[in-house]
Amino acid sequence: MVGVPSRHKSIFLLGGMVLLQVLLLAVQIKRDSQGRLIRVWTVGALSPFERAGSYGIGSVRGTWGHYFALQNTSRENEQLKHDNDVLKLQVMQLQSRVSEAERLEHLLNFRESQREVPMLGARVIGASADTATRTIYIDRGEGDGIHRNMGVITPDGIVGKVIETFSNTSQVLLITDKEGGAGAMLAASRNQGAVGGTGEPLLEMKYIANDDKVDVGESVVTSGMDRIFPRDLPVGTVAEVKPGNPFKVIRLRPAANLERLEEVIVLTTLRPLEVKKEAAAGDAVAGGNASANGQPLAKPVGKPADQAATGQRAAEKPKSSAANR
Amino acid sequence: MNETYDIRAAESHIEVHKFRGGAIIGTLIVIFFLQAFLPQYFHQLAILDLPLLVTIYFGLSRRNPSTGLLLGMAIGLVQDSLSGPTVPLGLYGIAKTIIGYLASSIGARLDTEHPAARFALTILFFGLHQGILMLERRILLAQPEAWFTMHLGIAALINAVVGAALFTLLDRLRKPS
Repeated sequence: MVGVPSRHKSIFLLGGMVLLQVLLLAVQIKRDSQGRLIRVWTVGALSPFERAGSYGIGSVRGTWGHYFALQNTSRENEQLKHDNDVLKLQVMQLQSRVSEAERLEHLLNFRESQREVPMLGARVIGASADTATRTIYIDRGEGDGIHRNMGVITPDGIVGKVIETFSNTSQVLLITDKEGGAGAMLAASRNQGAVGGTGEPLLEMKYIANDDKVDVGESVVTSGMDRIFPRDLPVGTVAEVKPGNPFKVIRLRPAANLERLEEVIVLTTLRPLEVKKEAAAGDAVAGGNASANGQPLAKPVGKPADQAATGQRAAEKPKSSAANR
Repeated sequence: MNETYDIRAAESHIEVHKFRGGAIIGTLIVIFFLQAFLPQYFHQLAILDLPLLVTIYFGLSRRNPSTGLLLGMAIGLVQDSLSGPTVPLGLYGIAKTIIGYLASSIGARLDTEHPAARFALTILFFGLHQGILMLERRILLAQPEAWFTMHLGIAALINAVVGAALFTLLDRLRKPS
């Protein structure tokens, strides 16, 4: 038996371990599996620490805030009285403005239309351990009825979708991730496309023809074609428009503050979500639909539904196609 | 023969550091907690790769290539697991296995206690780590990625600065020699 010099043992070990992990990668790509068991163990082991840390820091922040609040109570009381007077005046003005009341009525109709959508509040307890991936962990999991592919939103706009669930924790892929996205349309023209992440803070909107007019600052809302998000939820605002080949290159600033998420809402249904017909009809009679940000909505412009429906599901395609290679 | 003898004599002066009981496990739990938690409140801190810094530190300190590469592999696989289904298991595992091995090998040959040496090595290893990741993504996953961006250069510098400070902090976990 020929002995291996001890100095070379570590090189053999290195080669063996790297080879083992290359095989592990190959198995995952070939079978399109994701090593769920190992992930469940790891997340299960670390999520209690994240949960405890989240609540601990929340308590410290609360205590800190209340301490300073007590110091400034008298000054704040005077300020609040002043603000109250101003608000009373504003309420009186609002009551006298019928046109504004009509706009509020449209908004109310839209919110009513979403009442049937089951939702669940969740607290963000952690982010991805990988610097290149944009995901977050929330403190709700399978035990709360959360399943993969459920949409996640905030009152400001859409956030992403659930990509992994554990017993009482879930992982959410943000729309800004390279594989994130949603079916979307321009709020004013109703031109439909798909919004996808770039791994950077800004989003990219695809499939808008060069002939279509798009202005910087224009709102983009969900189209509902991805069957994850209901229609007319804010996605973002146009930050940059450039002509491209064959479609415009449009960059969006997300409506939700994805860099500082603390609480989110999970749409706890996998049913296709759409605005109720009665509400839509009511809006149409009143002169157009109302979007979540209060903009009047025109009739959707005909564009291949497949393009808009790409959204997040289409965003998953590059991975699987790359994996198949 | 004399040259070999001199090198070994020089190596024998480099001290192998041992750590207090549970220090490595405890450090890893804290590091993974911070990696997942800090960016929620200070999103700029997402640029830090704390698991990589810990891999480098323990590699340089333990100076045993086998231990270094196994620790690097464990840290990498945990990072893969926590990164979600978009990151296949083994991506960070392979990169950190190699970094753990190289850090231990260099630690066994050079004195890496000086902060300037640690700063320079962290930049080197950060670049190498990114290079391995790029290779894996391009060759194994067929995902085209840029080789170098200004963001990566800044990230390397910031990680090196934080690494130098973190290493000094972690030195306190060593058993007194």
